[in-house]
Amino acid sequence: MADVASDVLEVIAKQAKVEPAAVARETELADLNLESLDTIELIFALEERFNIEIPFNANEAGTSGISFTTAGDVIDAVAQLVAEQKGEKA
Amino acid sequence: MNRVVVTGLGVCAAPGKNAADFSASLRAGRSAIGPLTIISTDALNTKIGAQVSDFDPATYFAENKIGLYDRSTQFALVAAREAIAQSGLQFRDGLGAKSAAIIGCGVGGQATQDENYRRLYAEGAKRLHPFTIPKLMVNAPCSHITMEHGITGPSFVVASACSSANHAIGVAFQMVRAGMAEAAVTGGTESVFTFGTIKGWEALRVMAPDTCRPFSRDRKGMVLGEGAAILVLEPRERALARGAAILAEIIGFGSTSDAADIVLPGVDGAAGAMAACLEDARLAPGEVDYVNAHGTGTAANDATETKALHRVFGDHAKRLAVSSTKSMHGHTLGAAGAIELAATIVAMREEFIPPTANYTMPDPQCDLDYVPNETRSKSFDVAISNSFAFGGHNAVVAVRRA
Repeated sequence: MADVASDVLEVIAKQAKVEPAAVARETELADLNLESLDTIELIFALEERFNIEIPFNANEAGTSGISFTTAGDVIDAVAQLVAEQKGEKA
Repeated sequence: MNRVVVTGLGVCAAPGKNAADFSASLRAGRSAIGPLTIISTDALNTKIGAQVSDFDPATYFAENKIGLYDRSTQFALVAAREAIAQSGLQFRDGLGAKSAAIIGCGVGGQATQDENYRRLYAEGAKRLHPFTIPKLMVNAPCSHITMEHGITGPSFVVASACSSANHAIGVAFQMVRAGMAEAAVTGGTESVFTFGTIKGWEALRVMAPDTCRPFSRDRKGMVLGEGAAILVLEPRERALARGAAILAEIIGFGSTSDAADIVLPGVDGAAGAMAACLEDARLAPGEVDYVNAHGTGTAANDATETKALHRVFGDHAKRLAVSSTKSMHGHTLGAAGAIELAATIVAMREEFIPPTANYTMPDPQCDLDYVPNETRSKSFDVAISNSFAFGGHNAVVAVRRA
Protein backbone atom coordinates (compact mmCIF):
# COMPACT_ATOMS: atom_id res chain seq x y z
CA MET A 1 0.00 0.00 0.00
CA ALA A 2 2.81 2.37 0.94
CA ASP A 3 4.51 1.58 -2.38
CA VAL A 4 1.31 2.21 -4.31
CA ALA A 5 0.87 5.57 -2.56
CA SER A 6 4.38 6.80 -3.29
CA ASP A 7 4.27 5.48 -6.86
CA VAL A 8 0.92 7.17 -7.53
CA LEU A 9 2.21 10.47 -6.14
CA GLU A 10 5.25 10.15 -8.37
CA VAL A 11 3.10 9.53 -11.48
CA ILE A 12 0.89 12.51 -10.62
CA ALA A 13 3.92 14.74 -10.05
CA LYS A 14 5.38 13.70 -13.37
CA GLN A 15 2.10 14.39 -15.18
CA ALA A 16 1.80 17.78 -13.48
CA LYS A 17 5.47 18.55 -14.13
CA VAL A 18 6.16 19.38 -10.49
CA GLU A 19 8.60 17.99 -7.91
CA PRO A 20 7.29 14.81 -6.20
CA ALA A 21 7.55 16.61 -2.86
CA ALA A 22 4.95 19.08 -4.09
CA VAL A 23 2.23 16.40 -4.21
CA ALA A 24 0.62 14.92 -1.07
CA ARG A 25 -2.59 12.96 -0.39
CA GLU A 26 -4.59 16.10 0.22
CA THR A 27 -3.33 17.89 -2.91
CA GLU A 28 -6.22 18.75 -5.24
CA LEU A 29 -5.66 17.79 -8.86
CA ALA A 30 -7.23 21.05 -10.00
CA ASP A 31 -4.53 22.93 -8.09
CA LEU A 32 -1.93 21.12 -10.18
CA ASN A 33 -3.66 22.47 -13.31
CA LEU A 34 -4.58 18.93 -14.30
CA GLU A 35 -7.64 19.32 -16.47
CA SER A 36 -9.38 17.60 -19.35
CA LEU A 37 -6.80 15.74 -21.41
CA ASP A 38 -4.21 15.87 -18.59
CA THR A 39 -6.49 13.82 -16.38
CA ILE A 40 -7.10 11.32 -19.19
CA GLU A 41 -3.35 11.06 -19.75
CA LEU A 42 -2.75 10.62 -16.02
CA ILE A 43 -5.20 7.70 -15.93
CA PHE A 44 -3.41 6.15 -18.89
CA ALA A 45 -0.05 6.55 -17.10
CA LEU A 46 -1.44 4.90 -13.96
CA GLU A 47 -2.88 2.00 -15.96
CA GLU A 48 0.49 1.48 -17.62
CA ARG A 49 2.43 1.75 -14.37
CA PHE A 50 0.24 -0.65 -12.34
CA ASN A 51 -1.04 -2.86 -15.17
CA ILE A 52 -4.65 -2.18 -14.22
CA GLU A 53 -7.82 -1.03 -15.96
CA ILE A 54 -9.33 2.11 -14.46
CA PRO A 55 -13.01 2.31 -15.43
CA PHE A 56 -13.04 6.08 -15.82
CA ASN A 57 -15.57 7.70 -18.14
CA ALA A 58 -15.10 11.46 -18.52
CA ASN A 59 -18.86 11.84 -18.95
CA GLU A 60 -19.58 10.40 -15.53
CA ALA A 61 -16.87 12.18 -13.53
CA GLY A 62 -18.62 14.00 -10.74
CA THR A 63 -21.82 11.97 -11.11
CA SER A 64 -22.05 8.20 -10.80
CA GLY A 65 -18.58 7.14 -11.88
CA ILE A 66 -15.04 7.30 -10.56
CA SER A 67 -14.08 10.86 -9.75
CA PHE A 68 -10.71 12.18 -8.69
CA THR A 69 -10.55 15.35 -6.64
CA THR A 70 -7.44 14.83 -4.55
CA ALA A 71 -4.29 12.76 -5.00
CA GLY A 72 -5.56 10.66 -2.09
CA ASP A 73 -8.66 9.73 -4.16
CA VAL A 74 -6.36 8.47 -6.87
CA ILE A 75 -4.21 6.48 -4.42
CA ASP A 76 -7.26 4.80 -2.89
CA ALA A 77 -8.79 3.94 -6.26
CA VAL A 78 -5.51 2.56 -7.63
CA ALA A 79 -4.83 0.53 -4.47
CA GLN A 80 -8.28 -0.99 -4.66
CA LEU A 81 -7.99 -1.77 -8.38
CA VAL A 82 -4.52 -3.30 -7.90
CA ALA A 83 -5.92 -5.57 -5.17
CA GLU A 84 -9.00 -6.48 -7.23
CA GLN A 85 -7.23 -7.06 -10.51
CA LYS A 86 -4.17 -8.89 -9.15
CA GLY A 87 -6.18 -12.11 -8.85
CA GLU A 88 -7.48 -11.83 -12.41
CA LYS A 89 -4.04 -11.30 -13.93
CA ALA A 90 -2.18 -14.02 -11.94
CA MET B 1 -25.14 34.65 -57.05
CA ASN B 2 -27.03 31.42 -57.72
CA ARG B 3 -29.60 30.01 -55.38
CA VAL B 4 -28.45 26.46 -54.64
CA VAL B 5 -30.75 23.46 -54.45
CA VAL B 6 -30.44 19.77 -53.68
CA THR B 7 -31.67 17.54 -56.51
CA GLY B 8 -30.21 14.23 -55.39
CA LEU B 9 -29.77 12.53 -52.04
CA GLY B 10 -28.24 9.15 -51.27
CA VAL B 11 -27.61 7.46 -47.96
CA CYS B 12 -25.83 4.31 -46.85
CA ALA B 13 -25.85 4.23 -43.06
CA ALA B 14 -26.93 2.10 -40.13
CA PRO B 15 -30.63 3.06 -40.26
CA GLY B 16 -30.84 2.29 -43.97
CA LYS B 17 -28.78 1.58 -47.06
CA ASN B 18 -30.85 4.00 -49.13
CA ALA B 19 -32.60 7.29 -48.42
CA ALA B 20 -36.11 5.79 -48.21
CA ASP B 21 -35.15 3.12 -45.64
CA PHE B 22 -33.08 5.67 -43.73
CA SER B 23 -36.04 8.05 -43.58
CA ALA B 24 -38.51 5.35 -42.54
CA SER B 25 -36.21 4.24 -39.74
CA LEU B 26 -35.76 7.80 -38.42
CA ARG B 27 -39.48 8.43 -38.68
CA ALA B 28 -40.11 5.31 -36.61
CA GLY B 29 -37.69 6.75 -34.03
CA ARG B 30 -35.68 3.53 -34.20
CA SER B 31 -32.12 3.58 -32.91
CA ALA B 32 -29.79 1.62 -35.16
CA ILE B 33 -27.26 1.37 -32.33
CA GLY B 34 -26.70 -2.24 -31.34
CA PRO B 35 -24.11 -4.94 -30.75
CA LEU B 36 -21.05 -4.60 -32.98
CA THR B 37 -20.73 -7.75 -35.03
CA ILE B 38 -18.64 -6.73 -38.04
CA ILE B 39 -15.48 -6.95 -35.91
CA SER B 40 -14.57 -8.99 -32.85
CA THR B 41 -15.15 -7.06 -29.63
CA ASP B 42 -13.54 -9.69 -27.36
CA ALA B 43 -10.63 -7.42 -26.46
CA LEU B 44 -12.65 -4.18 -26.51
CA ASN B 45 -14.65 -2.48 -23.80
CA THR B 46 -16.83 -1.04 -26.57
CA LYS B 47 -19.40 -3.62 -27.58
CA ILE B 48 -21.89 -1.37 -29.37
CA GLY B 49 -22.06 0.86 -32.42
CA ALA B 50 -24.27 1.88 -35.33
CA GLN B 51 -22.94 -0.46 -38.01
CA VAL B 52 -24.17 -0.87 -41.57
CA SER B 53 -25.41 -4.43 -41.22
CA ASP B 54 -25.71 -6.99 -44.01
CA PHE B 55 -23.58 -4.88 -46.32
CA ASP B 56 -22.23 -7.17 -49.02
CA PRO B 57 -19.91 -5.31 -51.40
CA ALA B 58 -20.60 -7.91 -54.09
CA THR B 59 -24.17 -6.59 -54.27
CA TYR B 60 -22.83 -3.25 -55.47
CA PHE B 61 -19.44 -3.74 -57.09
CA ALA B 62 -17.69 -5.93 -59.63
CA GLU B 63 -15.25 -8.36 -58.09
CA ASN B 64 -12.21 -6.74 -59.72
CA LYS B 65 -13.14 -3.38 -58.15
CA ILE B 66 -13.84 -4.51 -54.59
CA GLY B 67 -10.15 -5.02 -53.86
CA LEU B 68 -9.52 -1.32 -54.47
CA TYR B 69 -12.34 -0.04 -52.29
CA ASP B 70 -12.03 0.44 -48.55
CA ARG B 71 -15.36 0.22 -46.72
CA SER B 72 -15.43 4.05 -46.51
CA THR B 73 -15.19 4.25 -50.32
CA GLN B 74 -17.86 1.59 -50.74
CA PHE B 75 -20.37 3.54 -48.63
CA ALA B 76 -19.58 6.75 -50.51
CA LEU B 77 -20.04 5.09 -53.91
CA VAL B 78 -23.35 3.50 -52.94
CA ALA B 79 -24.71 6.81 -51.64
CA ALA B 80 -23.36 8.74 -54.65
CA ARG B 81 -25.04 6.39 -57.12
CA GLU B 82 -28.39 6.90 -55.43
CA ALA B 83 -27.99 10.68 -55.26
CA ILE B 84 -26.80 11.10 -58.85
CA ALA B 85 -29.47 8.75 -60.23
CA GLN B 86 -32.14 10.73 -58.39
CA SER B 87 -30.79 14.03 -59.72
CA GLY B 88 -31.01 12.74 -63.28
CA LEU B 89 -27.74 14.49 -64.14
CA GLN B 90 -25.41 12.88 -66.68
CA PHE B 91 -21.89 14.08 -66.01
CA ARG B 92 -20.39 12.39 -69.06
CA ASP B 93 -22.33 14.66 -71.42
CA GLY B 94 -19.90 17.52 -70.85
CA LEU B 95 -21.33 18.61 -67.53
CA GLY B 96 -18.60 16.66 -65.72
CA ALA B 97 -15.93 19.17 -66.71
CA LYS B 98 -17.91 21.96 -65.05
CA SER B 99 -18.80 19.95 -61.95
CA ALA B 100 -17.13 19.44 -58.60
CA ALA B 101 -16.89 16.58 -56.13
CA ILE B 102 -16.19 17.75 -52.58
CA ILE B 103 -16.40 15.02 -49.95
CA GLY B 104 -15.83 15.06 -46.20
CA CYS B 105 -13.92 12.26 -44.53
CA GLY B 106 -12.26 12.35 -41.13
CA VAL B 107 -9.61 9.66 -41.37
CA GLY B 108 -10.07 7.53 -44.47
CA GLY B 109 -9.39 3.85 -44.95
CA GLN B 110 -9.08 2.82 -41.35
CA ALA B 111 -9.91 -0.84 -41.92
CA THR B 112 -7.30 -1.03 -44.66
CA GLN B 113 -4.65 0.60 -42.51
CA ASP B 114 -5.46 -1.43 -39.41
CA GLU B 115 -5.51 -4.75 -41.23
CA ASN B 116 -2.28 -4.13 -43.09
CA TYR B 117 -0.38 -2.89 -40.07
CA ARG B 118 -1.59 -5.93 -38.13
CA ARG B 119 -0.11 -8.14 -40.83
CA LEU B 120 3.21 -6.31 -40.61
CA TYR B 121 3.58 -5.93 -36.87
CA ALA B 122 1.70 -8.93 -35.51
CA GLU B 123 2.18 -11.53 -38.20
CA GLY B 124 5.62 -10.44 -39.37
CA ALA B 125 4.54 -10.10 -43.00
CA LYS B 126 7.39 -9.05 -45.26
CA ARG B 127 5.31 -7.09 -47.74
CA LEU B 128 1.95 -5.42 -48.15
CA HIS B 129 -0.56 -5.57 -50.96
CA PRO B 130 0.13 -2.89 -53.60
CA PHE B 131 -3.37 -1.42 -53.16
CA THR B 132 -2.70 -0.58 -49.50
CA ILE B 133 -1.95 3.10 -50.07
CA PRO B 134 -4.50 3.85 -52.82
CA LYS B 135 -7.11 2.13 -50.66
CA LEU B 136 -6.38 3.85 -47.36
CA MET B 137 -5.78 7.41 -48.57
CA VAL B 138 -8.40 9.80 -47.24
CA ASN B 139 -9.21 11.18 -50.69
CA ALA B 140 -9.97 7.76 -52.20
CA PRO B 141 -13.77 7.92 -51.73
CA CYS B 142 -13.89 11.22 -53.62
CA SER B 143 -11.60 9.96 -56.39
CA HIS B 144 -13.73 6.90 -56.98
CA ILE B 145 -16.88 9.03 -57.21
CA THR B 146 -15.24 11.16 -59.92
CA MET B 147 -14.10 8.06 -61.80
CA GLU B 148 -17.42 6.26 -61.63
CA HIS B 149 -19.40 9.30 -62.79
CA GLY B 150 -16.96 11.20 -65.01
CA ILE B 151 -16.62 14.34 -62.91
CA THR B 152 -13.51 16.11 -64.17
CA GLY B 153 -13.81 19.53 -62.52
CA PRO B 154 -12.39 20.31 -59.08
CA SER B 155 -12.45 17.46 -56.57
CA PHE B 156 -10.96 16.99 -53.13
CA VAL B 157 -11.63 15.72 -49.65
CA VAL B 158 -12.13 18.00 -46.70
CA ALA B 159 -10.84 16.68 -43.36
CA SER B 160 -11.92 18.49 -40.22
CA ALA B 161 -12.79 15.50 -38.03
CA CYS B 162 -16.47 15.58 -37.06
CA SER B 163 -17.12 18.71 -39.14
CA SER B 164 -15.62 17.29 -42.36
CA ALA B 165 -18.92 16.70 -44.15
CA ASN B 166 -20.43 20.04 -43.18
CA HIS B 167 -17.30 21.81 -44.36
CA ALA B 168 -17.41 19.83 -47.63
CA ILE B 169 -21.08 20.68 -48.16
CA GLY B 170 -20.35 24.31 -47.29
CA VAL B 171 -17.54 24.53 -49.83
CA ALA B 172 -19.62 22.82 -52.52
CA PHE B 173 -22.52 25.17 -51.76
CA GLN B 174 -20.27 28.21 -52.09
CA MET B 175 -18.82 26.93 -55.39
CA VAL B 176 -22.26 26.44 -56.93
CA ARG B 177 -23.56 29.71 -55.50
CA ALA B 178 -20.61 31.60 -56.94
CA GLY B 179 -20.90 29.95 -60.35
CA MET B 180 -17.59 28.10 -60.02
CA ALA B 181 -19.37 24.79 -60.58
CA GLU B 182 -22.47 23.90 -62.60
CA ALA B 183 -23.15 21.04 -60.24
CA ALA B 184 -21.49 19.52 -57.19
CA VAL B 185 -21.52 16.08 -55.67
CA THR B 186 -20.88 16.50 -51.97
CA GLY B 187 -21.36 14.86 -48.58
CA GLY B 188 -19.25 12.66 -46.37
CA THR B 189 -18.22 9.13 -45.56
CA GLU B 190 -16.55 7.27 -42.71
CA SER B 191 -15.93 3.71 -41.66
CA VAL B 192 -14.53 3.63 -38.18
CA PHE B 193 -15.00 0.09 -36.89
CA THR B 194 -11.53 -1.36 -36.58
CA PHE B 195 -9.82 -2.75 -33.50
CA GLY B 196 -7.10 -0.09 -33.47
CA THR B 197 -9.41 2.87 -34.04
CA ILE B 198 -11.87 1.83 -31.35
CA LYS B 199 -9.00 1.31 -28.90
CA GLY B 200 -7.98 4.86 -29.66
CA TRP B 201 -11.48 6.18 -28.97
CA GLU B 202 -11.69 4.18 -25.76
CA ALA B 203 -8.49 5.81 -24.56
CA LEU B 204 -10.22 9.20 -24.66
CA ARG B 205 -12.72 7.96 -22.05
CA VAL B 206 -15.73 9.42 -23.83
CA MET B 207 -17.47 6.29 -25.06
CA ALA B 208 -20.88 5.30 -23.71
CA PRO B 209 -21.16 1.65 -22.66
CA ASP B 210 -24.97 1.57 -22.88
CA THR B 211 -26.22 3.69 -25.78
CA CYS B 212 -26.17 7.28 -27.03
CA ARG B 213 -28.52 9.51 -24.97
CA PRO B 214 -27.98 13.06 -26.19
CA PHE B 215 -29.10 15.84 -23.82
CA SER B 216 -30.38 13.30 -21.27
CA ARG B 217 -29.09 13.74 -17.74
CA ASP B 218 -27.82 10.14 -17.61
CA ARG B 219 -25.90 10.38 -20.89
CA LYS B 220 -22.61 8.53 -20.77
CA GLY B 221 -20.93 9.63 -23.95
CA MET B 222 -20.81 8.92 -27.63
CA VAL B 223 -21.47 5.84 -29.70
CA LEU B 224 -19.67 5.52 -33.02
CA GLY B 225 -21.46 4.93 -36.30
CA GLU B 226 -20.44 4.39 -39.91
CA GLY B 227 -21.84 5.25 -43.29
CA ALA B 228 -22.11 7.92 -45.95
CA ALA B 229 -24.55 10.44 -47.32
CA ILE B 230 -24.14 12.22 -50.65
CA LEU B 231 -26.03 15.18 -52.09
CA VAL B 232 -26.16 16.64 -55.59
CA LEU B 233 -26.23 20.44 -55.59
CA GLU B 234 -26.95 22.68 -58.55
CA PRO B 235 -28.24 26.19 -59.25
CA ARG B 236 -31.97 26.52 -58.71
CA GLU B 237 -32.37 28.03 -62.17
CA ARG B 238 -30.77 25.01 -63.78
CA ALA B 239 -32.92 22.57 -61.80
CA LEU B 240 -36.08 24.48 -62.70
CA ALA B 241 -35.09 24.71 -66.37
CA ARG B 242 -34.65 20.98 -66.68
CA GLY B 243 -37.69 20.17 -64.57
CA ALA B 244 -35.75 18.35 -61.86
CA ALA B 245 -37.40 17.60 -58.54
CA ILE B 246 -35.98 19.96 -55.91
CA LEU B 247 -35.54 18.30 -52.53
CA ALA B 248 -34.46 21.38 -50.54
CA GLU B 249 -32.60 24.65 -50.91
CA ILE B 250 -29.26 25.21 -49.18
CA ILE B 251 -29.42 28.79 -47.98
CA GLY B 252 -26.39 29.36 -45.80
CA PHE B 253 -23.13 28.15 -44.33
CA GLY B 254 -21.10 29.39 -41.39
CA SER B 255 -17.87 28.17 -39.85
CA THR B 256 -15.53 29.21 -37.08
CA SER B 257 -12.59 27.86 -35.09
CA ASP B 258 -12.35 27.67 -31.30
CA ALA B 259 -8.57 28.09 -31.33
CA ALA B 260 -8.65 26.87 -27.74
CA ASP B 261 -8.61 23.17 -26.85
CA ILE B 262 -7.91 20.13 -29.02
CA VAL B 263 -10.87 18.17 -27.60
CA LEU B 264 -13.06 20.34 -25.38
CA PRO B 265 -15.89 22.17 -27.14
CA GLY B 266 -16.39 25.90 -26.65
CA VAL B 267 -19.54 28.04 -26.56
CA ASP B 268 -17.99 30.94 -28.49
CA GLY B 269 -16.98 28.89 -31.52
CA ALA B 270 -20.25 26.96 -31.69
CA ALA B 271 -22.39 30.09 -31.29
CA GLY B 272 -20.20 31.97 -33.77
CA ALA B 273 -20.68 29.32 -36.45
CA MET B 274 -24.46 29.30 -36.00
CA ALA B 275 -24.60 33.10 -36.07
CA ALA B 276 -22.41 33.21 -39.19
CA CYS B 277 -24.67 30.66 -40.87
CA LEU B 278 -27.80 32.68 -40.07
CA GLU B 279 -26.16 35.81 -41.41
CA ASP B 280 -25.04 34.05 -44.59
CA ALA B 281 -28.60 32.75 -45.07
CA ARG B 282 -30.05 36.18 -44.19
CA LEU B 283 -32.18 34.49 -41.58
CA ALA B 284 -33.49 36.04 -38.39
CA PRO B 285 -33.18 33.62 -35.45
CA GLY B 286 -36.96 33.47 -35.17
CA GLU B 287 -37.26 32.01 -38.68
CA VAL B 288 -35.52 28.75 -37.75
CA ASP B 289 -37.85 25.86 -36.87
CA TYR B 290 -35.59 22.86 -36.39
CA VAL B 291 -31.98 22.30 -35.33
CA ASN B 292 -30.29 19.00 -36.09
CA ALA B 293 -27.86 19.26 -33.20
CA HIS B 294 -24.29 18.05 -33.04
CA GLY B 295 -25.59 16.32 -29.87
CA THR B 296 -22.89 13.70 -29.33
CA GLY B 297 -24.18 12.56 -25.95
CA THR B 298 -21.04 13.60 -24.11
CA ALA B 299 -21.37 15.60 -20.91
CA ALA B 300 -19.37 18.45 -22.41
CA ASN B 301 -20.87 18.80 -25.90
CA ASP B 302 -24.53 18.74 -25.02
CA ALA B 303 -24.29 21.36 -22.28
CA THR B 304 -22.03 23.57 -24.42
CA GLU B 305 -24.23 23.30 -27.49
CA THR B 306 -27.31 24.17 -25.42
CA LYS B 307 -25.57 27.31 -24.11
CA ALA B 308 -24.59 28.26 -27.64
CA LEU B 309 -28.18 27.80 -28.86
CA HIS B 310 -29.42 30.07 -26.06
CA ARG B 311 -26.87 32.70 -27.00
CA VAL B 312 -27.72 32.71 -30.70
CA PHE B 313 -31.47 32.25 -30.54
CA GLY B 314 -32.33 34.12 -27.33
CA ASP B 315 -36.02 33.82 -26.46
CA HIS B 316 -36.63 31.79 -29.59
CA ALA B 317 -34.35 28.97 -28.34
CA LYS B 318 -37.18 27.52 -26.25
CA ARG B 319 -39.43 27.42 -29.32
CA LEU B 320 -36.93 25.50 -31.47
CA ALA B 321 -37.25 21.79 -31.99
CA VAL B 322 -33.72 20.48 -31.37
CA SER B 323 -32.84 16.84 -31.86
CA SER B 324 -29.77 14.71 -32.16
CA THR B 325 -30.24 11.96 -34.71
CA LYS B 326 -26.87 10.56 -33.56
CA SER B 327 -29.05 8.72 -31.04
CA MET B 328 -30.20 6.65 -34.03
CA HIS B 329 -27.31 6.55 -36.54
CA GLY B 330 -24.41 6.98 -34.13
CA HIS B 331 -21.60 9.49 -34.43
CA THR B 332 -20.34 8.97 -37.94
CA LEU B 333 -17.47 11.47 -37.57
CA GLY B 334 -16.38 12.64 -41.03
CA ALA B 335 -19.79 11.63 -42.45
CA ALA B 336 -21.83 13.16 -39.64
CA GLY B 337 -22.75 16.48 -41.24
CA ALA B 338 -23.90 14.75 -44.44
CA ILE B 339 -25.95 12.04 -42.74
CA GLU B 340 -27.51 14.65 -40.46
CA LEU B 341 -28.31 17.00 -43.33
CA ALA B 342 -29.85 14.01 -45.10
CA ALA B 343 -31.93 13.36 -41.96
CA THR B 344 -32.98 17.00 -41.92
CA ILE B 345 -33.96 17.04 -45.60
CA VAL B 346 -35.95 13.80 -45.56
CA ALA B 347 -37.74 15.00 -42.41
CA MET B 348 -38.49 18.36 -44.01
CA ARG B 349 -39.89 16.69 -47.12
CA GLU B 350 -41.93 14.11 -45.26
CA GLU B 351 -43.08 16.58 -42.61
CA PHE B 352 -41.81 15.06 -39.39
CA ILE B 353 -39.32 16.04 -36.73
CA PRO B 354 -36.94 13.19 -35.97
CA PRO B 355 -36.64 12.53 -32.24
CA THR B 356 -33.71 12.31 -29.89
CA ALA B 357 -33.92 8.59 -29.13
CA ASN B 358 -32.87 6.96 -25.84
CA TYR B 359 -33.74 10.08 -23.86
CA THR B 360 -34.68 9.28 -20.27
CA MET B 361 -34.44 12.37 -18.06
CA PRO B 362 -34.06 16.15 -18.26
CA ASP B 363 -30.72 17.74 -17.43
CA PRO B 364 -30.83 21.23 -15.89
CA GLN B 365 -27.92 22.13 -18.20
CA CYS B 366 -29.88 21.01 -21.25
CA ASP B 367 -33.20 22.84 -21.04
CA LEU B 368 -34.49 22.98 -24.62
CA ASP B 369 -37.07 20.96 -26.55
CA TYR B 370 -35.06 17.93 -27.66
CA VAL B 371 -38.04 16.07 -29.15
CA PRO B 372 -37.52 13.16 -26.76
CA ASN B 373 -38.13 9.67 -28.16
CA GLU B 374 -41.33 10.40 -30.10
CA THR B 375 -41.31 11.55 -33.70
CA ARG B 376 -43.47 14.60 -34.25
CA SER B 377 -45.66 14.92 -37.30
CA LYS B 378 -44.95 18.50 -38.16
CA SER B 379 -44.23 20.53 -41.22
CA PHE B 380 -41.24 22.87 -41.00
CA ASP B 381 -39.61 25.28 -43.41
CA VAL B 382 -36.16 26.23 -42.15
CA ALA B 383 -33.52 24.16 -40.35
CA ILE B 384 -29.86 24.29 -39.45
CA SER B 385 -27.53 21.33 -38.96
CA ASN B 386 -24.60 21.68 -36.55
CA SER B 387 -21.18 20.03 -36.55
CA PHE B 388 -18.54 20.86 -33.92
CA ALA B 389 -15.32 18.92 -34.26
CA PHE B 390 -12.34 17.88 -32.20
CA GLY B 391 -9.76 20.48 -33.03
CA GLY B 392 -12.31 23.26 -32.63
CA HIS B 393 -13.63 23.29 -36.21
CA ASN B 394 -17.28 24.36 -36.22
CA ALA B 395 -19.50 24.23 -39.31
CA VAL B 396 -23.22 24.89 -39.68
CA VAL B 397 -25.43 24.47 -42.76
CA ALA B 398 -28.90 26.03 -43.22
CA VAL B 399 -31.63 24.58 -45.45
CA ARG B 400 -35.07 25.72 -46.50
CA ARG B 401 -38.03 23.77 -47.80
CA ALA B 402 -38.07 23.85 -51.59
